[in-house]
Formats: sequence, structure tokens, C-alpha cells
Amino acid sequence: MGTGFFSSVDDVSAKLAEAGYLASTAVATTVFLADRLGKPLLVEGPAGVGKTELAKAVAAVSGSRLVRLQCYEGIDEARALYEWNHAKQLLRITAGREETWEDARTDIFGEEFLLRRPLLTAISGTEPTVLLIDETDKADMEVEGLLLEVLGDFQVTVPELGTITATREPFVVLTSNATRELSEALRRRCLFLHIGFPDEELEREIVRLKVPGINAALADSVVRVIAALRAMDLRKLPSVAETIDWARTLLELGSGTLDEQVVRESLGVVLKHQDDIVKAGAGLKLDQVLDAS
Amino acid sequence: MTAPGVTERLTGFVRALRAQGIPAGPSETVDAAAALEVLGFDDRELVREGLAAALVRRDGQRAVFDAAFDLYFPAGVGVPELAREDRPRDLEQLRDALGAALAEGDQQTLAQLAGLAVDMLGQYGAGSGPGGGFSAHQTLDRLQPQTLITRVLAAMRAGSGAETEEAFTDRLTRDEIRRRVEGFRGQVRTEARRRAAEVRGRERVAKHAIAPAADRVDFLIASRAQLAELRRTVQPLSRKLATRLAARRKRTTRGQIDLRRTLRRSLTTGGVPLRPAYRHRRPGRPEIVLLCDLSGSVAGFANFTMLLVQALRDQFSKIRVFAFVDSTDEVTHLVTTGTADPEHLGARILSEAAVVRWDGHSDYGGALGQFADRWLDAVGPRTSVLVLGDARTNGGDPNLDALRAVRDRARHVFWLNPERRALWSTGDSAALAYAELVEMHECRTVQQLSTLVTRLLPV
Repeated sequence: MGTGFFSSVDDVSAKLAEAGYLASTAVATTVFLADRLGKPLLVEGPAGVGKTELAKAVAAVSGSRLVRLQCYEGIDEARALYEWNHAKQLLRITAGREETWEDARTDIFGEEFLLRRPLLTAISGTEPTVLLIDETDKADMEVEGLLLEVLGDFQVTVPELGTITATREPFVVLTSNATRELSEALRRRCLFLHIGFPDEELEREIVRLKVPGINAALADSVVRVIAALRAMDLRKLPSVAETIDWARTLLELGSGTLDEQVVRESLGVVLKHQDDIVKAGAGLKLDQVLDAS
Repeated sequence: MTAPGVTERLTGFVRALRAQGIPAGPSETVDAAAALEVLGFDDRELVREGLAAALVRRDGQRAVFDAAFDLYFPAGVGVPELAREDRPRDLEQLRDALGAALAEGDQQTLAQLAGLAVDMLGQYGAGSGPGGGFSAHQTLDRLQPQTLITRVLAAMRAGSGAETEEAFTDRLTRDEIRRRVEGFRGQVRTEARRRAAEVRGRERVAKHAIAPAADRVDFLIASRAQLAELRRTVQPLSRKLATRLAARRKRTTRGQIDLRRTLRRSLTTGGVPLRPAYRHRRPGRPEIVLLCDLSGSVAGFANFTMLLVQALRDQFSKIRVFAFVDSTDEVTHLVTTGTADPEHLGARILSEAAVVRWDGHSDYGGALGQFADRWLDAVGPRTSVLVLGDARTNGGDPNLDALRAVRDRARHVFWLNPERRALWSTGDSAALAYAELVEMHECRTVQQLSTLVTRLLPV
């Protein structure tokens, strides 16, 4: 049972940090449990907090290959699991005109003509694998049913070939932005992790790691302003990705400290709606010149 | 295997979660036990996160989980020991220590001070006997942590030496301190629950003292903060409902076999009807009319429902919204255009539409009468009418005829009442009289509302 990538929660934190992913206690603990218990990990949270990055980081530190299934509306079994390579089958049939149907039939439904899609690839491999099922909420309900079967027993049945069972269970990460409610059955199969916005200390560390060359004072200011923005009632709260973007922008602009001018000019990097920008401007009192004590 | 004591603690914990609306089943409990076995008990935060991974299923449940966790897996027993020598002796010293800890943002000290404060200030009743207990409210009332903000602010400004140049981020300091104080208040509540549980038993405290998850908060007693929280759930909730409605629509379009098209299709297969063709009904989207009581007590509920309908806009072919207190007016334009600032929707309606004429007490009879007189043509055979309100007429005539007139024209009329069923037709409520005419449903929480919306609306 389990993938056995990590030896302890601290080990998870340390290894992920080496790969450039600073994990909170919640993240490290859940990853460790998923690794030990061999259960898929369902990660939810706002966009830009590092859900997909987490899967990539786990793959990087464990030396696994990353198999990614990007979900979208209308994705089906053929795209997620496997399909037969019809063109190649036809060529094979035309090439062997002399042979009997019996021979051809056993031939064209062999491994050679099978196109493995991400789910089957992840299951049938023998090397360590991280399977990332990205934006699960975008896929239709039917795909969820398929996932249940695959993630429950880590096996897939191809009628012509029989059942393919994983010899080595992959480490599975499902991400979701909660645009659609996932089914209870799927949730029950998974460990659940909600990645929210990091606390200020962690975010400062993330900024310093991702934006080398930034001085501590500026990183500190950036994180404080972001925290203030998140406390406001905005349509789209800035997430970690935006914090990093902003820190990079400020570094590019060459500003060593934050003041009204700089904040007002660069707020568009952080906020993506005009009315949010207006609201934030009022909330941060950008228009009042330094009159309050 | 886990120790027997742990198993019992865990099952008790899971039971408490279920009572608070987190549907953790046996398989989750098994996962939780496995998690505990892997993680051990050395680090309480790891235990917390591990159990959360196994037992929590969605984001909104986390606050409830944390409160229950602090009860069932407490950080300690009795009064927390301050690691430092100078343990505060009286209220003034406690406030000083708290001020210093707030200025530094020292979480550990804050947690200990919270425990100490509950011990010193929160006790009531006969000592710690069965009649007594610990009250967070009393603690905070005596401690007044919010009055420390100015003092902490001054200390932090002095400490950072920011007097010479006023840095931009200093403006944020006050808000930061306010958030820290808010956090401290939460810690005090946790501590008071923990101590109360030691005295009165965990199960009882868990049942009464844990605030329910947002979608189970009663509309009528929701605080401002809870209503704000509810409003934030409107978008995700509407998406959820929309997919559910769309899925239902998809299912129902698979209608009867279309004989003519099946035959035509069979020509390609030599007259054998291999693939039957189905007659698809054109999906007709319902029209909806909302009639909302916006008077004080029920405004929160009506407001939320309006926001929800607004968010579900594209699920209906037509929406019209009418609001009333003692006079009815159409507010559709306000509801459908005011996307920018939903939180002031109620205030805007009250100020811009003619819904209050006299004293601001709701008058159902008059409002229904006006609606039937002036806007009856808004209701047609494809319309579902939702009436939102508690049916408290303040002693006035309920005007059943007006409601009957509306009912006779509409496809459905449903009345959603935010009061509990037991209170219907007590005092000045005309609920049961109305309920004889139209279907009335108790709708006290978001959970009930979302079930009702998907169940009632025709697709």
C-alpha cells in the first residue's frame, strides 16, 4: 500500500522545499498521508495557490514521471483512458490481405494498436508515477464514474485484452476549483486538502524564494498589503501567484519600498477587476495624502 | 492497532461532527484511524491536519471541524501554564501582557493568555461545580481586548522607529492589530469551550457551543458577519444549483421514440431500425417571479434569496422581482443590474423603490393586493411564483383573495417561510391560512433553500 516516497511529515516539507515548494503543515501532512495510505489526494482551493504546482513538486522530489490528465468539458473515455489506433489497424489489415480473419483479429487488438491515454499510462507503468488529474470539476459526471473505477482499485478493463492492474500504484493528485460540485462518491475515495491563502510568514518565505533579489523589507510590505487586500470584500482576492507577480513587477520597476504612487500604478497586477481596484484604492486610502498622524 | 481509548475518542469526535452536519461515515472514520496510526500523537497540529484530510470533505466544513477538534483533542487540561516567570496576577497585568503579545504577534503566548484569561475572568456559577462553567462572553467583556488597539499601535510604531518617515504600510498596522485581536477572541472562545467541556462533559458542549456551518445557519438569527459569509457562498452555490438543474434538463429531454425519424434513419440500414431516434422536447426554461418581504427581520433571508436568483439568472427565461414592506414595487432593474455591490442591494431597494409607505411594518394583505392589482399580468401559465416571507401580517387582513388570484394564473406558487414550522400561525402570523392556498415550505437555512430551489423549480 502507498507509494512510499516519504519517510515522515518533516521529510515531505524538507524535500518539497528543495524543489522550491514551501508547504504548510496542512499540505505536508496530507501529502504524507496520501503517500502512506495510498489514497488519491483531492486538492481544492482558489486559483493560483499552487494546487498543480504541488503535484509537479511531488513528482520532482520523488523522481517520478508526471502523467497529467487535463480535464475539460466533453472529455471522454477515449481521451482519458485508451483508444484503438484505427488507422494503424486498417493499415495492418490491408498489409496482410492473404491471411484469414482469425489471424487478423487476434493481431489487430494487441498492445501494439492500443493508444494509452493518461489514466492507462499511469496505471500500466512500472516506474514511480505521479498522476495529476487537473481541474476535475471541468469534466462531466460520466468521467467521474470512470475515475471512481480507476482510482478505487487502480485497474482498467480493456475488453479485448483483459484487466490491467497497476503493478505500482501511482501517487494521485486531483485538483478542483469547485466550479462544479464533485460527487460524494469521488470525495469519499480521496483524502481532502483545501489549500487556502498562506499565512504571512509562509507567504514572505515564498516571495523570497520565488523572487530572488528582493529585499526583506519590500517582501514584508508586499505581503502585508496583500493580506490587507484579502481582508477586503473583493470579487477576486489576490492569490499567491499574484503576490509573486507583484513582487517581480516591483523589483523590475526598481522600487525599494512601497508608497501610494507605486501601489496605485501597479495595483492592476494584483487585482483583475476594475471595481476591485477602485474599492482597494479606497480601502488602502490611496487618495489621502499622508495627513493621518 | 490504535489504543482503545483513542478509538473511543475518535468515534465520539466523529459523532459530534455528524451532529454538526459533517457527514463522516464509517469509511472516513477508518481513514482517520489509519491517519492517526501513521502520524502518531506527538504533534497536535499534525493530528489536526491528518484528521481533517480524512474527515472533512469540503472547505466550508473546516471551521466546524476545528471547533470540535479543540474540544475532543484539547491542547491540555486545566489552566495553561505560562512558560514565563511573570505570570499576570490581576486584570491590569493581564492586559499589559496581552498588549505586548499582540504587538509581537506571538501566537503561542496569545494562546496561553487566552487560557489564563478564561480562567481568571470567565468563571461563573459555583466555582467549577456542576452549576458553573466558563463563559467566553464574560471573559471578553471584562478583558475588553479591543480597547488595547491604540496602545498596541503606539507600541509598534515606537518599536519600528517609523516616526521619521511614515511608511506606506504603516497604514495597514491598525487593521493587522484588529485581525490579531479578532484571532485572540477566537482563542478565548475555544478555551472557554474546552474548560466548559471539562466541567460539563464534551458531548453537551459540542452540541450547543459549536457554531454550525454556514449553510445551516438560521436566516432569522444570523448575525451580520454570518450573512456576509452567506453572501460569499452565493456564487458557488448558484453554480452548484445550475449544474444540477442543467443535468436534470438533460435527462428529461430524452423523450419518446420519434417513429417518423426512426423509419427514415432505418433506410440507411436496409429498413432495419438499428438506431431509434428520440423526440426531443425543446427545453423550456421557466419564468420566475419573486415576491419578497424586505421588512427588518426577514430581510436577510429575502436578500440572500434574491442574490441567489440573480446568480441563477441564465437558468430562467425571465425573472421579475417585486419587493414589499407595506407597499409593493417592482425592483427587477435593481436586482439584475446591481451586480457590482450585492451587499448594499437591500439598502438600495429600500431607498430607491417605493416599498415603505407608512411605518415599515410588513403588511402582507396590502402588498399582495397591490401586486394583484398592478402586476397580475407578470404572472402567466409558464410562471413560477416564489413568495418569500414569514407571513406576519402585524394584525392586518391577510387578503387571501389576492393570493388566490395570483395562484389561479400561475403555473406554481410556492411560499418559502424562514420561520420554523412550529411557529407558523402563532401570534400575528397568517402562515397556515396562506398555506391552505399555496404550498408553503419551511426554509430556514441555505441548505434547505438549495434543496427547495432544485426541487420546486420546473425544468
